[in-house]
Amino acid sequence: MTRVVVDPVTRIEGHLRIEAVIENGVITDAFSAGTMIRGLEKILIGRDPRDAWAITERVCGVCTTVHALASVRAVEDALGVEVPPTAELIRNIMMATLYVQDHVVHFYHLHALDWVDIVNALKADPKKAAELASSYSKWDKNTASYFSAVQDKIKAFAASGLGIFANGYWGHSAYKLPPEVNLIAVAHYLDALEWQKDIVKIHAVFGGKNPHPNYLVGGVPCSIDVNEVAAINTERLGLVSRLISQADEFVNEVYIPDLLTVASFYKDWAKWGGGLSNYLSYGEYPTKGYSQVESFKYARGAVLNRDLSTVHPVNPRDSQEIKEYIAHSWYSYEGGDSAGIHPWSGETKISYTGPKPPFETLEGYEKYSFLKTPRWKDNAMEVGPLARLIVSYAAGHNDVKELVGQTLGKLGVPLGALFSTLGRTAARGLDAALAMIWLKDFFAQLMERVKINEVSTFNNERWDPKTWPADAEGVGLAEAPRGALAHWIKIHNGKIDNYQLVVPTTWNGSPRDARQQRSSFEQSLIGTPVANIEQPVEILRTIHSFDPCLACAVHLYDPQGRHLHKVSFE
Amino acid sequence: MGQSIWQSMEKKGYSRRDFLQFCAAAATAAGLGQTGVAQVVSAFEKKEKPAVIWMHFQECTCCSESFIRASHPIVVDALLDVMDLNYTETLMAASGFQAEKSLSDTIANNKGKYIVLVEGAVPTKDGGVYCMIGGKTAESILQTVAADAAAVIAWGSCASNGCVQAAKPNPTGATPIHKLVNKPVINVPGCPPIADVMMAVVTHLLVLGKMPALDSQGRPKEFYGRRVHDTCYRRPNYDAGLFVESFDDENARKGYCLYKMGCRGPVTYNACSVVKWNEGTSYPIQSGHGCIGCSEEGFWDNGPFYQHLASFPGFGIESTADSVGTVVGATTLAGVAAHAVVTNIRKHKVIAEVHADDQEEL
Repeated sequence: MTRVVVDPVTRIEGHLRIEAVIENGVITDAFSAGTMIRGLEKILIGRDPRDAWAITERVCGVCTTVHALASVRAVEDALGVEVPPTAELIRNIMMATLYVQDHVVHFYHLHALDWVDIVNALKADPKKAAELASSYSKWDKNTASYFSAVQDKIKAFAASGLGIFANGYWGHSAYKLPPEVNLIAVAHYLDALEWQKDIVKIHAVFGGKNPHPNYLVGGVPCSIDVNEVAAINTERLGLVSRLISQADEFVNEVYIPDLLTVASFYKDWAKWGGGLSNYLSYGEYPTKGYSQVESFKYARGAVLNRDLSTVHPVNPRDSQEIKEYIAHSWYSYEGGDSAGIHPWSGETKISYTGPKPPFETLEGYEKYSFLKTPRWKDNAMEVGPLARLIVSYAAGHNDVKELVGQTLGKLGVPLGALFSTLGRTAARGLDAALAMIWLKDFFAQLMERVKINEVSTFNNERWDPKTWPADAEGVGLAEAPRGALAHWIKIHNGKIDNYQLVVPTTWNGSPRDARQQRSSFEQSLIGTPVANIEQPVEILRTIHSFDPCLACAVHLYDPQGRHLHKVSFE
Repeated sequence: MGQSIWQSMEKKGYSRRDFLQFCAAAATAAGLGQTGVAQVVSAFEKKEKPAVIWMHFQECTCCSESFIRASHPIVVDALLDVMDLNYTETLMAASGFQAEKSLSDTIANNKGKYIVLVEGAVPTKDGGVYCMIGGKTAESILQTVAADAAAVIAWGSCASNGCVQAAKPNPTGATPIHKLVNKPVINVPGCPPIADVMMAVVTHLLVLGKMPALDSQGRPKEFYGRRVHDTCYRRPNYDAGLFVESFDDENARKGYCLYKMGCRGPVTYNACSVVKWNEGTSYPIQSGHGCIGCSEEGFWDNGPFYQHLASFPGFGIESTADSVGTVVGATTLAGVAAHAVVTNIRKHKVIAEVHADDQEEL
């Protein structure tokens, strides 16, 4: 039995540590630890609720905007504010833009290197690579001379030490792609790095900048007037239109074809990494107001035990549904550490009881993470693109069912293949493809509203705190790219009285609950074979398939306390 | 390693013409203009690619995200050709001990020559347990990495002044880098900093091999020397007393001044209204929201954001704006007054320090 420690886990956002127990080459237990905390929930108390979006937006700069959106929705929910339809469309455009940008960046820059062997791309024949790429994509850069130039770049780069690609698991037997596919993927890694700068200009147009564009309680801060040079006018709308077309081409001619090609060489990964069998989605993209859940593009609900015949309703206001546990987290609750508490009554008392750093392992410590453990009706739930697709599929949303069906057909795998590491990574691509369809749709609707001059972007009825009740409480839900996100707020005399966030990676990456049920990261690692414990690429594949939003690293360690690898900074 | 930037680009199949175009872009980025192109060409022909380490502590990764949005030099060139970015948890291929090996090798092989870029604040409360990587505290890692560094850049407001986690009551003791390391630190504040400003600061270090001129808060004065308000295209509306009274009112559509909506442009030193964001696409005020002052120390505690400033130094016109404004809280007034004193004093100090810094080679 060996305990493998991966810390830092890189190519994620934040600080994550994975300790996995391996017996006879298979993972038998796992522990996921978040090792950084900033205490933002405490900082929010006593502040103006209208400022909360800006503070919570700083929770994450990778999935920037999602906390701002959940926050303004929470405050609007508490104060009874409806946002104008044009503002709703702009918020949807910004969210769909984020889905597309975030998923492309995740695939190429955070996840691809678990599947793509950069060094092996040097063996590729650029001409064959061009032929192969042209057989499934109309992307006009896919020529022999282009692939040859990329190969020259990598060659020189490899000669000078590989920089950010140094010390990867290159040559590991788990890499299965032919050299030509590796080369195509590396070339598009570089292209995607340039492309991502463009699509986020949509955020800059409506929100002033990216990362961290501006939001507003009651609507959006930008104004539309096609006759004004200083407002969102025809030039700005034309720019957005061009950026959307460009993104559409990249998603459908580069990202999705690459994803399907890479996936076709890793079909065995449809066997591993399934993890939990429960899926939660809050639903996203309101089309008739945030309170009209049935109008959402993605459905709200829960699927239990992979039973697609029933979508269970989810009520974030019910104190018995969503609860957070801290039995294995570095916090304490007034009513005892085995209790579960609904976020409206949430407590954030940090109480670190782990080993004194520097330390080698968290083994033997009852509490081992700064993440709390959320549960829905005491069930551990997976959240993210896969959960969204499963819930909407089960709820009978046609556009989701069609795309999922088509894709499974192309890959020649059954629906059950989705419940895996490969399925999770494929689901993210489908999530981006759907977001791309809806992004075009939302923009067309925005243009229709501009034509008839229905362009109000702000509802000022509840802007003045004098119009607020002494006490109010609200909840703001969103489907962030990484999954179900919610903010719960209590307002007293115009100030924030309590504020709690339950974020996607808390659902997926949390430690066990009071009943010792594992969350997604831990559960999904169990049963996965690891070919070489010194290069546990299998752990990274599954953990990265969730697109974690923390930052971490990995060491190897055995139960006798002997370090397989001594790491020193000197 | 051991080869110049030009040699490395030549090996990658770049033509001399590509190289010169790249140098021109780099000269622009470093604020050297056309007259500086020759200087850049000569520096890149001779200079070895520097090793660069990018650390992540208490942060949200918005600085990394911003950095990869830079327009000049193009991102891929920066990552692959201009520097050896050997450690960055966000993008590097290696994880776990292989990642730590990249870090220790870089330090060992480049003592006194590598550049450290820090994203994030460092929590110092309770023995530093609020940010740990590989079982070590952020603070101990920072000290190890900074010890043999040629230069340290603090990216963003987290590393420069603590940012959101340092807002009251600062539960984890979040501390900016310059208070922890015993060597000069270039502060590049902002939440995040503008991509092109980040690239320019790095280029300045690489091209000229010395620190850019800094103000008394350690910020490169070429980008943090002027108030957003003074360079804002809406400034004439302010001077004429034309203000937005409510979001999306007629005045908002006409692009009037956002002062009454709480804009912090008058007390914020940054280049947003000059360089703008995302390859010049926009900046917060252009898209209808006031500046929240994200590059200023303690800006999170200088709110609420939609309450307009009581007064600020510089011009006589603000008394007019104030008299038509709403009632302002006493705390805000005190905060702004204190800030005004600081900024005014700083303006005089800057010039003397600039000349001193200019002489200091790395």
